[in-house]
Amino acid sequence: MPLAVELRKLSFAYPQGPPVLRDVDLAVEPGELVAIAGPNGGGKTTLVRVALGLERPTAGAARLFGEPAHRFGRREALGYLAQRAQLGLDAPATVREVVTAGRLPRAGLVGRLGGGDRERVSEAIVRVGLAHVADRPLQRLSGGQQQRAFIAKALAADPELLVLDEPTTGVDVEAQEALAELLGRLHLELEVTILYVSHEFGAIERFVERLVLVRHEIVFDGPPRELPGVWHDPSHVHA
Amino acid sequence: MLESEFMRLAFATGAVVGVLAPAVGFFLVQRRMSLIGDGIGHTAFAGVALGYLLGISPVFTALVAAVVGAIAIEWLRSRRRTAGDQALALLFYTGIAAGVVLISAAGALNADLFGFLFGSILTVGYDDLTLVAVLGGIGLVTIALLYRALAAAVLDEEGARVAGVPVGALNVLVAALAAVTVALSMRVVGVLLIAALMVLPVIAATRVAWSLRSTLLLSIVFGLASVLGGLTVSYYADMPPGGTIVLIAAGASIIAMCASAPWRSRRSSTRSATSAS
Repeated sequence: MPLAVELRKLSFAYPQGPPVLRDVDLAVEPGELVAIAGPNGGGKTTLVRVALGLERPTAGAARLFGEPAHRFGRREALGYLAQRAQLGLDAPATVREVVTAGRLPRAGLVGRLGGGDRERVSEAIVRVGLAHVADRPLQRLSGGQQQRAFIAKALAADPELLVLDEPTTGVDVEAQEALAELLGRLHLELEVTILYVSHEFGAIERFVERLVLVRHEIVFDGPPRELPGVWHDPSHVHA
Repeated sequence: MLESEFMRLAFATGAVVGVLAPAVGFFLVQRRMSLIGDGIGHTAFAGVALGYLLGISPVFTALVAAVVGAIAIEWLRSRRRTAGDQALALLFYTGIAAGVVLISAAGALNADLFGFLFGSILTVGYDDLTLVAVLGGIGLVTIALLYRALAAAVLDEEGARVAGVPVGALNVLVAALAAVTVALSMRVVGVLLIAALMVLPVIAATRVAWSLRSTLLLSIVFGLASVLGGLTVSYYADMPPGGTIVLIAAGASIIAMCASAPWRSRRSSTRSATSAS
């Protein structure tokens, strides 16, 4: 079975900019839950953007399920929660409307949603624990609930790879814990590959088998318990 | 009022534009591109001027200029060649400057030109109504068919792009629909006011709606009511129809903002309570 994500000798720089990533090697097996941590500006978001084919590497190669990332054909198999993925509009979209948008890659662009697709949308809402607020506008929900709605949106298309970029930004500690537990449970139940990107990894640490620390290059890749003590110091991580 | 043929034509044409303009404007407002209608309107003005200069239908040349301008602005924005507002400014000033130069060259500073600038819905004929009904109908059917896709692209553009939704093509489609709407609406409210009819009903609806779909439907209701109400008031009060329509839409937005203020504070309280639970 091909690797879910494979980066080989990958480097990336924006035009006229300094290198953001240098000689990155990363191999993620299908079904893994991997936390990608590191300081702000260390290249975490760029790493996942290149891995998802949103940016082309300056050198090296990025592959998704064995195919070049930028030419990956089965895009409906990818679920992505972008950084600060709060609702980008003023209109009061409900949880169900947001999650329904996530079903689009499977349901097709044209016409009304079929019964089976509506069922999958409802299942995704139940799975993240938002059934009681499914028809409520997102603006009336807390930051943690809004993030759950966007996770449900990513789940609605039955993804094989789920990438969450800083999902706990603007979310209180209690909601961070709940979100981490939810991801741990989803990983077990759905056997989906998860890349969890965050500049803090406290809440998720007990659920991940593998932690990758990025500071323009990969400086640590292994089980969180093997992480050298100095990296646990938040001030060091943020440096 | 409806015994007069010119009023029946005005109401029929206005009804199509009153539905189409906010339906297209809904997607522009959600993408924080409320002012693109203004930019396209100024490009359409250059198109009108070109029509006068070449001696061909100003509506046709305005339609072509508006579509080209709208696609250009989307191209500049999506390729990140320039920021959205800078791309808009480029289009806005180039359009109006080209219009002034071309109008001057054509020697067409006359009442017809003012009709395009400020609207002349009371002079529309059956040909105009047919054009508005056919192109407007195509626009509305397109929105109905692609509603879920268009909504997905405005809800989470990056997430949709990763999942393979053709976000770029959908954005170009919305820009093209906006251009067609501007060209069709010139006779109703004029190129200087068309953006208002695309944006103000959406602002009003956003303040009182309870979902994305209800925002779209209420936008259409407010747009249609503004056009029909504006035409009625202008008929009995002898006021210019274009300006009256936009003033009614603006009034509806202000009332909706004031009416929703207490409701919004209650929403915030509910949100705090939900967060705590």
